Amino acid sequence: MLAISARSDSASPHDDPLVTMRRLSFSRGEHRIFRELDLAIPRGKVTAIMGPSGTGKTTLLRLIGGQIRPDAGRIEVDGICVHELGRKELYQLRKRMGVLFQSGALFTDLSVFDNVAFPLREHTRLPEPLIRTLVLMKLEAVGLRGAHALMPAQLSGGMARRVALARAIALDPTMILYDEPFAGQDPISMGVLVKLIRTLNDALDLTSIIVSHDVKETAAIADYLYLISDGQVVEHGTPQDLSHSASPWVDQFMHALPDGPMSFHYPAPPYETDLLTGTPT
Amino acid sequence: MMASLAELGRFVLDRLGRLGRANLFLLQLLRALSFLFRRPSLLVKQLHAVGVLSLPIILVSGLFVGMVLGLQGYANLVDFGATSSLGTVVALSLIRELGPVLTALLYAGRAGSALTAEIGLMRATEQLASMQMMAVDPFPRVLAPRFLAGCIAVPLLTGIFTAIGILGGYLVAVVQLGVDGGSFWAQMQAKVQLLADVGNGVLIKSTVFGLVANWIALFEGYQAQPTSEGVSLATTRTVVDTSLAVLGLDFLLTALMFGEW
Repeated sequence: MLAISARSDSASPHDDPLVTMRRLSFSRGEHRIFRELDLAIPRGKVTAIMGPSGTGKTTLLRLIGGQIRPDAGRIEVDGICVHELGRKELYQLRKRMGVLFQSGALFTDLSVFDNVAFPLREHTRLPEPLIRTLVLMKLEAVGLRGAHALMPAQLSGGMARRVALARAIALDPTMILYDEPFAGQDPISMGVLVKLIRTLNDALDLTSIIVSHDVKETAAIADYLYLISDGQVVEHGTPQDLSHSASPWVDQFMHALPDGPMSFHYPAPPYETDLLTGTPT
Repeated sequence: MMASLAELGRFVLDRLGRLGRANLFLLQLLRALSFLFRRPSLLVKQLHAVGVLSLPIILVSGLFVGMVLGLQGYANLVDFGATSSLGTVVALSLIRELGPVLTALLYAGRAGSALTAEIGLMRATEQLASMQMMAVDPFPRVLAPRFLAGCIAVPLLTGIFTAIGILGGYLVAVVQLGVDGGSFWAQMQAKVQLLADVGNGVLIKSTVFGLVANWIALFEGYQAQPTSEGVSLATTRTVVDTSLAVLGLDFLLTALMFGEW
């Protein structure tokens, strides 16, 4: 199932990056999420951004999509500074991005067909027969042409995510952002998604950015990996590089070890003190 | 003491901030309305959702309110031998006050709460975010059709509520209690004025109430925390805030229209 291998010609992301982040800082209230983060996403590759839960991986996608603005630093997509764009220019840029949300985010009042047709109807003046053809082609690509008449409530979680993927590629974007695409999927759905992400990236010559903490599945298809923690890039490289990393932190994360530099225990006062003298909370 | 003052200050600032955001939200809504000239089908769909589907509750409530007015009016007027004025009493009560106010309150409970829950859930399930990421602005595409449909539906529903209420009053007074049908309608025709009563009550009041009810419903949904608790709280707030706003505005409008201050 996970035999789909990453392309071996992964060059350095700094050769021809589609997305670059320079000295990026972002805070939410008092909580600092990113501190002077530097990151480059290579064009035409599958790049995974990984890290423990709560490290701001989804926030990073929202920053790339211009949904939120950084406190400092710069985010460029294809040489365009995202957070300096006006609303109209930002929307123009977003037409070149597809986003697969963690929940799928299908419109619950529209059928599968209408969900996939939505961006086409909103942004093109194509005649309805042509839209039908395009929608069926996109659904065929994700294996759900037969489900075009179903409503989102009738789909399983994996099917909903595949429909959302068909919708994300409806306008033939240059890049796709995947937010935790494998979370909560059964092994078969996960295998299908893993295969689809890699196949679509290669067939449509896309640039894919996956944020995930599913190490095995993500490393199987990614050309390049970034590991982030505490608001900074801890390590980056090809999956082969990182699986043999000397860093104990990377080793713990990549091999899913329960204890290591990232402690199993949340910071707390000494156990005895808490049990014997601590006041009830 | 200082802590209480600080708390009060925070509360006032929070309320003012919310009011400011609500006004900006209304401006964005109004600016997005022009989009509906290009996509009238979106408006028609929402008119069905908020207007046509609200008809059963409006028809049944209007009928019962009119029947109660007929009964109460008869019980009081019969002592003075003035039952021939019953048509006027029923009609003016409904046209000036009960029609617009009760329709707005019923609308807030039926359609307003549904709008808040729908928009709140669209936010919670990232449907609005996904729309924005597909370069589609939810204001013209999602919010403006609902807002305009609600603003059109409330005056129409008020007219229907009032008409069916008068019919209910007629059924009780004339058919059941034996009041003269001719004087019931004749008195009503003589006393009820088109502009001063129907214009002020059914038209202006209900238009204002419709605008406020839909503004509150959509704003609460759009601002709702994306959790089940947040959506539940927003839905409750829609019904409570709309009810208070409608009753408060009704007093103000009545004072301006019919008061001699």
